[in-house]
Amino acid sequence: MFDSVLVANRGEIARRIIRTVQRMGLRAIAVHSEADADLPFVAEADDAVLLGPAAPAQSYLDVDKVIAAARTTGAQAVHPGYGFLAENASFARAVTEAGLVWIGPAPEAIERMGDKINARNMMESAGVPVAAGTREPVGALTEAVRAAERIGYPVMVKTAGGGGGIGMGVAHDEESLGKAFEQASRAAARFGGAQDGTSPAILLERYIERARHVEIQILGLADGTVVALGERDCSVQRRHQKVVEESPSPGITADLRERMLAAAVRAGEAVGYRGAGTVECLVDADAQDFVFLEMNTRLQVEHPVTELVTGLDLVEHQIRIAAGEVYALEARPGGHAIEFRVYAEDPKRFFPGPGKIDVWEEPSGEGVRVDSGYVAGNTVTPFYDPLMAKLCVHGATREEAVARARTAVAAFKVEGPKNNLPFCAELLDDPEFVSGDYDTGLVSRMRKAR
Amino acid sequence: MAEVRAEMVANVWKIVVAEGDTVEEGDTLVILESMKMEIPVLAEDSGVVAQLKVAEGDVIQEGHLIAVIE
Repeated sequence: MFDSVLVANRGEIARRIIRTVQRMGLRAIAVHSEADADLPFVAEADDAVLLGPAAPAQSYLDVDKVIAAARTTGAQAVHPGYGFLAENASFARAVTEAGLVWIGPAPEAIERMGDKINARNMMESAGVPVAAGTREPVGALTEAVRAAERIGYPVMVKTAGGGGGIGMGVAHDEESLGKAFEQASRAAARFGGAQDGTSPAILLERYIERARHVEIQILGLADGTVVALGERDCSVQRRHQKVVEESPSPGITADLRERMLAAAVRAGEAVGYRGAGTVECLVDADAQDFVFLEMNTRLQVEHPVTELVTGLDLVEHQIRIAAGEVYALEARPGGHAIEFRVYAEDPKRFFPGPGKIDVWEEPSGEGVRVDSGYVAGNTVTPFYDPLMAKLCVHGATREEAVARARTAVAAFKVEGPKNNLPFCAELLDDPEFVSGDYDTGLVSRMRKAR
Repeated sequence: MAEVRAEMVANVWKIVVAEGDTVEEGDTLVILESMKMEIPVLAEDSGVVAQLKVAEGDVIQEGHLIAVIE
């Protein structure tokens, strides 16, 4: 086992990884931008290196600066967290070439899964169901129009290299396809492929109305075995981005769950996957059927949900697997867990609302876990994503978890930046959410109803 | 005369109109970027863009004057 880990990330996830690194008796090294110098993850690390100005390109996305920080501090391994460089294969290679241990899957696995078109074609040959869609990148609107006519409207338009819902749009006809295509192209140029110098590529897929977004957590062990650690239901979304996740999914039968877990294991085995990964699927709740969406070759934001039901520390397993430790693992999920993403945004329209935090009081108690990136006095800046904290609850049943969530949301006090805690409270009183019978359209229906 | 002000701290990503342009209510004046999200700033009245007080790349605070429509 190496003796130190550099965490190439910021905010709540850097802090959460540092906690496990230190618990394992390893030295934790933080890197940060000028804008983040006062955040808890910098103070809590054993060592911290300033990368540069606030702009991600000049700090968290600058491969040379991150590698240099590892050299200066004598770090032996690098954990990328999620976002930023986590799914950047050239960064994974640069880490390895610098003689450091990369805590993540092989660069080849990142590449094969990072291109969503390639990933879908591969999954299809591995026997994992996929949605009808384009098998080659779509470069021009005229091609997109032809493809959409073949697939049948409505279609989902997304960037082949993008993630986190950025640039995704649904088109119901040729006119809205034009808009969605333009939006996806712009996003691809700004946030996606352009970063690696590759051209933006667009992908079209049949859009399932009344779908649930259910994903499977997998862990590729050092001996090549792939285990599935249960599912997370991520159907509470705004702008195609997740807000609340829960496990088990209230919308799938035991039979469907079994089929999905088996498919996720096949998906992991097909790429020789090592470490923590997530197989994202769309579930047609009425038909109790599913299709592969994409595979995320990293730790997910919502990984605490799985940790709460399995009792495993996924970061610890990422580290042990990267260190080459060989061991068997069996997951016995228990109880029900729900995560609420506490975003710095207004709870009605979900527009960003950064600002200085005047009051920050986290809830605590039985079955309550808070992973936060900030304390009172910090400033939430406009340079990064709006996630301030993740409020997670665990209970013996979904009813108990929901009850604990209501108490915890009410006890969470944030003043300063706008925040979506009022939305979380509203959701916990929404009959559709409480029933468990909801889909990805839930949040927009809640907003239309008022 | 209508003043258009920023609702949040943001980076000015794109200027869509120029001073002297005629705009309709609901037209996009500039596009801001904050927390990885594009936020279009719309004209709340029809008229002529009398003043445009931001440039692409500016970091503006909540309440910052973006444009004046007359």
